[in-house]
Amino acid sequence: MTRQMTGAKMVVQALRDQGVDVVFGYPGGAVLPIYDEIFQQNDIKHVLVRHEQGAVHAAEGYARSTGKVGVALVTSGPGATNAVTGLTDALMDSIPIVVLSGQVPTFMIGNDAFQEADTVGITRPCTKHNWLVKETENLSATLHEAFHVASTGRPGPVLVDLPKDVQFASASYTPKREVTVSHYQPQIKGDMEEITELVAAIEKAKRPVFYTGGGVINSGKAACQLLRELVDATGFPITSTLMGLGAYPASGENWLGMLGMHGLYEANMAMHDCDLMINIGARFDDRITGLVSAFSPKSIKAHIDIDPSSINKVIKADIPIVGDVGHVLEDILKVWKARGRKTDKASVAKWQAQVSDWRKVDCLAFKQDGKVIKPQYALERLEALTKDMDRYVCTEVGQHQMWAAQFLGFEDPNRWMTSGGLGTMGYGIPASIGAQMAHPDSLVINVAGEASWLMNMQEMGTAMQFRLPVKQFILNNERLGMVRQWQELLHGERYSHSWSESLPDFVKLAEAFGCKGIRCDNPDDLDEAIKEMLAYDGPVIFDCLVEKHENCFPMIPSGAAHNKMLMGEASTKGAIKAGGAVMV
Amino acid sequence: MSALQIKKGSNKHSAYNLRPNFSDVSEKHTLAVLVDNEAGVLARVIGLFSGRGYNIDSLTVAEVDHAGHRSRITIVTTGTPQVIEQIKAQLGRIVPVHEVHDLTVEGASVERELALLKVEGEGDKRVEALRLADIFRANVVDSTLTSFVFEITGTPGKIDAFADLMRPLGLTEVARTGVAALSRGL
Repeated sequence: MTRQMTGAKMVVQALRDQGVDVVFGYPGGAVLPIYDEIFQQNDIKHVLVRHEQGAVHAAEGYARSTGKVGVALVTSGPGATNAVTGLTDALMDSIPIVVLSGQVPTFMIGNDAFQEADTVGITRPCTKHNWLVKETENLSATLHEAFHVASTGRPGPVLVDLPKDVQFASASYTPKREVTVSHYQPQIKGDMEEITELVAAIEKAKRPVFYTGGGVINSGKAACQLLRELVDATGFPITSTLMGLGAYPASGENWLGMLGMHGLYEANMAMHDCDLMINIGARFDDRITGLVSAFSPKSIKAHIDIDPSSINKVIKADIPIVGDVGHVLEDILKVWKARGRKTDKASVAKWQAQVSDWRKVDCLAFKQDGKVIKPQYALERLEALTKDMDRYVCTEVGQHQMWAAQFLGFEDPNRWMTSGGLGTMGYGIPASIGAQMAHPDSLVINVAGEASWLMNMQEMGTAMQFRLPVKQFILNNERLGMVRQWQELLHGERYSHSWSESLPDFVKLAEAFGCKGIRCDNPDDLDEAIKEMLAYDGPVIFDCLVEKHENCFPMIPSGAAHNKMLMGEASTKGAIKAGGAVMV
Repeated sequence: MSALQIKKGSNKHSAYNLRPNFSDVSEKHTLAVLVDNEAGVLARVIGLFSGRGYNIDSLTVAEVDHAGHRSRITIVTTGTPQVIEQIKAQLGRIVPVHEVHDLTVEGASVERELALLKVEGEGDKRVEALRLADIFRANVVDSTLTSFVFEITGTPGKIDAFADLMRPLGLTEVARTGVAALSRGL
C-alpha cells in the first residue's frame, strides 16, 4: 500500500510510525510546511522550547529517561547551528536522538540564501550519521533509516536536513515495515571464546571489580537486571561511571559508589588494586583513568563494548568482547552457571574485607556547622526527603553535579540525566523538561549551580507553558565553583572571572516567569523549604545559598594515579604538579 | 558487516587478539574501504582522519560498482599498531562504510600508482630522459621539441625513484594518483 502525500505530511506520518509521541522544537521559515502538518493533527505533541539548544537537550532528557529515541525539530541556519551543542552532547554520551532541520529549497542551496547554513557539513562530526534529503521520494525511507541508526548499536544522535521544496513536493510514502533492511547492523552477540575466557578469569579472580558505564543503561532494563544478577551471585564489588549510575542499585551491598576524578575512595582504590577488572559498557574516559600509565597496574582487563572502536582506544584490553551488554551478560551467566558457579570465595571474602576497610575512610565526610549551608548537606537532605519518591534527577555541570553523583542514590536505570562526556553547562533545565514530558506524574529535579542554570534559564518559559512541574534546585555559591576550585588548586588562588557579580534575584525571577521561588540560606530551615518545593504543584526555582568556597573531594588531580586521591583541604597544597596542570 | 573483518574468511569477530602486544613503532598500512557512493562519504572519511589526528599518506577514491553505487577508497596511512587498529575501528563506525580491509596484514597484496611527469630539456639531457624512461617502462604521452610528459605505473617507490632520476634532467611537474591496491590470490 503506497500513499501519495507531501514531504511535510510524510515527516509527521513517519514520526507516528516510529511511535513518537512528543517533539521538541522551534518553528522558522524553512520548517513551516512541517509545522502546518503538526497543527492539523493530535497524535504527536509539540513542545515549543525557547532556544534550539533547549530542544535538543530536552530530547536527550526524554531519551535518557525512557530509553526511547528523542526527537527535535529546528529550522535552517541558526536553528540548526544552535542544535550543534546538543548533538555533540548526545554523541559523547551515546544518546539516541533524531534532529530534523529545515533547509532552504534545493535550488537555493549554495547561494548563501537567507538562513542557509551547510547543516550536514557542520553536523557531520557531531552526529552518528546525517542526511540531506534532496528528493521527496527518498524522504520516508531516510527518516526510518535515521531512527534505525540512532537507536541501533551504540546509540547516538542523527540529523535529517529537509529542504523546503522537498517538504512541499508530493511522493509516495513508504511505511516503516516496507523499508529495506539497512546494512547498518552492528554486532550484538559476543564471541563465545572470549566470554568463556572471561568466565575462567571470574572463577580465578582474587580481587575482582566490576566497572560499569552508560552502555549498561543503553542496553536496556533487562541488561541492568542481568548485571544485578551477576554481581549479586558473584559478590564482586561494583563501581560505575557518572553515566552508569542506577544500573546497579545504590543500596546494593556490593555497591562501591561512583569512580573517577571525583569518585569515592573505595571505588578508586578497588580499581587501582584489583586483579580482574570487568569493564561493562564504559570507555576508559580520562575522568576515569587518571594517569594512564599508572592505571590499575596489576589487573587483567576485560572490556565489553558494542563499539569496537572503544576497545583498546585508551587501555589495552586483555579480554575484549564486542557485543551488546545485555546479550553478553546473558552468555556470561549461562557459561558461568554451566561451569558450576565457581568463584575463589576465600580470596573474594578477603577482598571484600579490604573494601570495607576503605569504606571506613568515609571519604564524603563533611561537617555542617554554623549558619551557612554546606552544598553536601543540601544534597544529603534532598536525598533524604526524596529518595523514596518516583524521582528523576537532572543536573547541570560542575561541582553540584559531582556532589549530586556522590550524595544521591539511584536504585534504577534511566533516573539520572547528566551531561558526562561533553560537560555541557545549561543541559539540566531543558533535560528536566524532556524527562518531565515523558513522566508527567513523577518528581523531576534539576540539581543545578547558579552559573550553569543561567545558561538556558529561558526554558523556564517552556516549563510554564506546558505545565511541567520541574523543580530547579540551585546550589548558589555565586561562583563558577569548579573553575574556582581549579584556580585555587592550580593557579595560585588567582580567581580569574570565576564569580558572578550581578546575579538575578532568583525568587523574583521565578515570579517573573509565573512560577514559585523559594530561597533558603539557613541549614535549620532547609528541610521545610525542600518540603515546600516538593509540595508545590508547578515549577519551582529553589535558590539554595551555600558555602561559597567549598571544594569537591575526593579528587584525583589530573595527571595522577587512582591511589593518589586528594581527600580534603589539608592535602591539597601543591598536590598538582606542572605536568598535571596542562591536563584539563 | 563489521569493520573487524580483518582476516578474510575468519569467523573470529575480534581482531585484537591477532596483535597481542602493541609496539610504539610507526608502521605504514594500506587500507581498502568499501563505501556507499553517497554525498559526503569522502568528507566523512577525511573528517575522521583530520578530527582524530591520523595521518593520510595517500588517498584514492572512485566508484567501482556502478550498479551497486559502491566506491572503493584506498588509504595509505602511518601510525603505531594501536593507532592503526583505532583507525580501522573508527572507519568501521561510519554508517555508509561496508568493509574495511587492512591489506598490509591480510596477506600479500599488490599496490600500483600512476604518475604523469613533465620533463623539460634539450640535447643530451633529453636523450637521457628518454633512455631512463625506457628502463622504467614509462610511456611518452605528450611531446614537444623541448619537453616530454611521461606516464609511469608502479609502486610508489618506483615512481619516487623515477622522479628522483628525472629531477636533474629537467623535471618541472608531477601529478600522482595515489595508491590503488588489491589483495593477491582469491
